[in-house]
Amino acid sequence: MSYLVLIIGFLLLILIGAAIYAVYQRDLLYAVIATGIINLVLTALFFILQAPDVALTEAAIGVALTTIIFIITIRNTVRFEDEHDNKNQKSKPE
Amino acid sequence: MKKTIVIILLAAFGYFMATTFLDPEFEKHRNQNGVKNGYLEKTVSELKSANTVTSIIVSFRGFDTLGEVTVLFLAASALGSVLFKKRHHVGERSILLPASSIVSTGAKLLFPAIILLGVYVFIHGHLTPGGGFQGGTIIATGFLLMLIAYRNFSISHNVLSVIESLAGILFVVIGLLGFMNGGTFLQNFMPTGSLNNLFSGGIIPIIYILVGFKVATELTGLIYTILHEKG
Amino acid sequence: MNLENIELIRIGVYGTSILLILIGLYAVLTKKSLIKIVIGLSIIDGGIHLLLIGIGYIKDGTAPIFSPGMEGAADRMVDPVPQALVLTAIVIGFGVTAVALSLIIRLYRHHNTLKIDEIKNLKW
Repeated sequence: MSYLVLIIGFLLLILIGAAIYAVYQRDLLYAVIATGIINLVLTALFFILQAPDVALTEAAIGVALTTIIFIITIRNTVRFEDEHDNKNQKSKPE
Repeated sequence: MKKTIVIILLAAFGYFMATTFLDPEFEKHRNQNGVKNGYLEKTVSELKSANTVTSIIVSFRGFDTLGEVTVLFLAASALGSVLFKKRHHVGERSILLPASSIVSTGAKLLFPAIILLGVYVFIHGHLTPGGGFQGGTIIATGFLLMLIAYRNFSISHNVLSVIESLAGILFVVIGLLGFMNGGTFLQNFMPTGSLNNLFSGGIIPIIYILVGFKVATELTGLIYTILHEKG
Repeated sequence: MNLENIELIRIGVYGTSILLILIGLYAVLTKKSLIKIVIGLSIIDGGIHLLLIGIGYIKDGTAPIFSPGMEGAADRMVDPVPQALVLTAIVIGFGVTAVALSLIIRLYRHHNTLKIDEIKNLKW
């Protein structure tokens, strides 16, 4: 197998792992950073598949702007998916 | 119960997509003589612009770009009208903490370099990979860096709106000029120089510069609105 | 394995993009928090863009730019039409995400919760 196939396979595995992590994590800030990692790996994949214009656009829009507006929304609303702090509920002796 | 129904539906959908795309005969059913050869040939002979994707977006499919610019404008104005606030005090932040000295010094050094990179990318859109959308978003990222680093960095909303509206109006005016000269909307009516020159490609650099200005100011206004929203 | 390199790349890219679309659809259909649904929409967008660019790839192709010195290489270039479509799709996907998040901020100020079960029960 050539090196190109190995690199592409490694990047695709990171992509699937980050997507599953983004769906199953309850802390929304970690899920948003996983979405940013998905867009970053997509930028590298677009460059390897010989599409440099698309890679530039995805790098600027997907990584920088999408992550920042998600983080501003999380700051203005809730942080956890079920809106109660899990650690507080577990530490109460009842 | 709901999760099992969802998983069964997704499995059926995934099975149908897999049998369509992962077929070993998928390559033989593709049309090898589509528009690809025509576009690649006409870019060099008629338009004389080196970047094929740029000439497709601006010249061969220019009307779709006008629609995309309209959709972006609608998104920015919808966001501005939903997060409406009555007054805006300069220097009053709702959610940002003061940045450390590394961020503020680095932002002051990087901001002119990012603006220069963005302007370079959208001016040379027909020669190298890049163009109006890429350069515009790079400039918006530079303004975002300054907005995070400094608490009292303010941009006047009126200047941003005026630049954005002027760029959009000039886009349509150039299209109408092509209509009066050549025969169709967005027709190429300026002389095309030789390949790989800066002044080549007819109206492609002019339209892409206007699109770059419009996208940069629009995204900056969008980030500014969503940062300064107070409940 | 007796496959060539290009077949492995194609199977990998198509299979991963279909998996991304399925994972994003699962998040949209099953999750209860509104921000998680918008994250799922963003993942679906990424999967579709990867699928489109993967269709346009040709074995040993190069980028569709006629640099000085490569004017006659038009038959070794990858397909430029899906790249133009994906460029538009990325920008419009970002616009949809921005409007959805602004509506979420406004909804939180009114109902003080972001779960879709409870928002259905509250009346004006």
